[in-house]
Amino acid sequence: MAAEPSSHRPSAVGDGTPWWRDRRVVPWIIQAAVGLVVLLAIAFLLGNLVRNLTAAGLLLSWRWLNQPAGFDISESLIPFNAQLPYWRALAAGLVNTIRAVLVGLVGATLLGTLVGMASFSHNGLLKRLARIYVEVVRNIPLLLQLVFWYFVVFLTLPNGAAALQLPGIVLAKSGLYLAGLGEGLRWLGPQLVNGVWQAPIRLTVEFAALLTGLIVYSGAFIAEVVRGGLAAVPKGQWEAASSLGLGWFTTLRHIVLPQSLRVIVPGLNTQYISLAKNSSLAVAVGYTDLYSVAETTLNQTGRAVEVILVLLAAYLSLDLLISLLMNGINHLVQIKER
Amino acid sequence: MSSPRTATSPRRCCRRLLAALGVGLLVAGCRPEAVGPQSPTIARIRQRGRLICAVDGAVPGFSTVASSGRYEGIDADFCRAVAAALLGDPEKVDFRPVTPAERFVALNSGEVDLLSISSTHTLSRDAAGGNALSFGPTFFHDGQGVMVPAASGVRRLADLAGKPICVESGTNTELNLADRMRELGLPYQPLRFQSGEQAYPAYEQGRCAAITSDRSLLAGKRTGFRNPSAHVLLPELLSKEPSAKVTVQGDPVWADAIRWITYALFQAEESGLTRATVAARVAEARARPEQAELRRLLGVEGDLGRQLGLPNDFVVRVVKAVGSYGELFDRHVGPATPLALDRGPNRLWTRGGLHFAPPFR
Repeated sequence: MAAEPSSHRPSAVGDGTPWWRDRRVVPWIIQAAVGLVVLLAIAFLLGNLVRNLTAAGLLLSWRWLNQPAGFDISESLIPFNAQLPYWRALAAGLVNTIRAVLVGLVGATLLGTLVGMASFSHNGLLKRLARIYVEVVRNIPLLLQLVFWYFVVFLTLPNGAAALQLPGIVLAKSGLYLAGLGEGLRWLGPQLVNGVWQAPIRLTVEFAALLTGLIVYSGAFIAEVVRGGLAAVPKGQWEAASSLGLGWFTTLRHIVLPQSLRVIVPGLNTQYISLAKNSSLAVAVGYTDLYSVAETTLNQTGRAVEVILVLLAAYLSLDLLISLLMNGINHLVQIKER
Repeated sequence: MSSPRTATSPRRCCRRLLAALGVGLLVAGCRPEAVGPQSPTIARIRQRGRLICAVDGAVPGFSTVASSGRYEGIDADFCRAVAAALLGDPEKVDFRPVTPAERFVALNSGEVDLLSISSTHTLSRDAAGGNALSFGPTFFHDGQGVMVPAASGVRRLADLAGKPICVESGTNTELNLADRMRELGLPYQPLRFQSGEQAYPAYEQGRCAAITSDRSLLAGKRTGFRNPSAHVLLPELLSKEPSAKVTVQGDPVWADAIRWITYALFQAEESGLTRATVAARVAEARARPEQAELRRLLGVEGDLGRQLGLPNDFVVRVVKAVGSYGELFDRHVGPATPLALDRGPNRLWTRGGLHFAPPFR
């Protein structure tokens, strides 16, 4: 590059400027130095890991993935039993994690959007309630909230005939029973058979507690993102809509919300990623997610480094996937510049 | 960091040790490993001046925090015995409560020196190709049991078919339960919790029809329930659970020290040493040269302790600190305690039990 001096910037090489004051050389040297330090640090850490693992006789090995897991998973969307290998157990855990994350994303988005919109309501009570919800939930650690939902709310539910019964929904200590399409595609509600509830759709209280916790917690953050997005739309838009005779909800739905999306979507991305990562707290409420399965696997096989690597890769891929989708959506809602 | 080596040079130290055997505290800080075997763990503990001992911390009788803030129980006292043997002071222990799921990582990462948690000795945990840990002698012979509410009408394991069973994840009990239910061809729902703090409240609140763990742990946890008598242990044993103290694979000198501190507790009971009488027995051993066996055990003659990298009177220090195995058992889990466990196989071999110490010679 020194061979072609640029025209708009005087060449530093030819006019006797020392190299340490050359603006084309110095940044390169600094970046190379920083890069070298980073590489050395990584090499040192990896070398240390390999050296210590070798000394402990625990060099990376993946054979354990094909050995029978030996433990059961009570709640699995893909078939699993104790004779199947560890990788199937981890897959079942991953599916459980994805299930919680997907339902959680939808629920938290709905709740957050509604609460965010409520902050712009003309109804003072609704507005205050939205504020109180956000401030209370946002400032309590998620782990505490999960433990609260599980032990204080769901585990104190009555069982059997005393269970909470709403049309099509039964809430009991043994789980959440929902009406759905049963055998022969008939619509079936929850029924009590021999003191045990039966229903087409059954969620465990562990899943329900995790989901409630995630939705309520992330919902508060998403509400703030939505509120910020709505506030970013100039007041004149509300006034213009009002002068056309549009009501509050119509204005929000057709004028303000579409314009605020380009502010909301990048913020949502962050919240979605947090929700996916927070789902690993499932272990506190007995829900068998990827982290919980990985922990048992780690303990049974003693393959700490390998199992943690699998965990890292799984959560990283999940979050990158969410980011990718959200970036796509972000691209769609941005102002098209031609 | 740098200790005053001149004041505790091996030769002077050992002369002093011989001179002041009865007053073991005088030789605290002695460095016999300078002439004896080398162990990175022992060196680390000596330099730090404290033993870092992993306990469960929430099992009555084994390790719990008493109202005074002290860790109490048979497992906690084992940590004190090791600190007494190594550092001369049973209180020089930092207790680290760890969950069953994280205990082996805590040990292998060097975060703790020793696991004094009920850890079942199994092949895959011992083997270099498995968890690669080092196990001491069986400290407590246990078996996996199942606890159910007395009013539930469950009398046998088979009655639990299709019902939710609470279990701590990452434990042997989780695997034993899966094995046993598969053998019996019974479907069941394992509810896996990371630790007992979640599993036992969930069981007590009625989320599970049963909870399974080592019988001693179940009995211990039951003492903390609102109504302990409303829960019963099923007669069936799911497995044998010999629990032992665990150290890292790579430090055989340290593993030997732990092994022989355990044996010292057994031998103390066999030789009739107790916390109260040990000082008198030392005086007796010093006065009567013909009592060769007792003199060797108490470090009055020979260099058994030093061969292990421990002070020569480590048995005396251990017994002074916590008593013999029998005293430990009676104090924390025996019939006079809320756990009211029977000695059963935890008797000495001389009384028909399984605890046995090889000869101290």
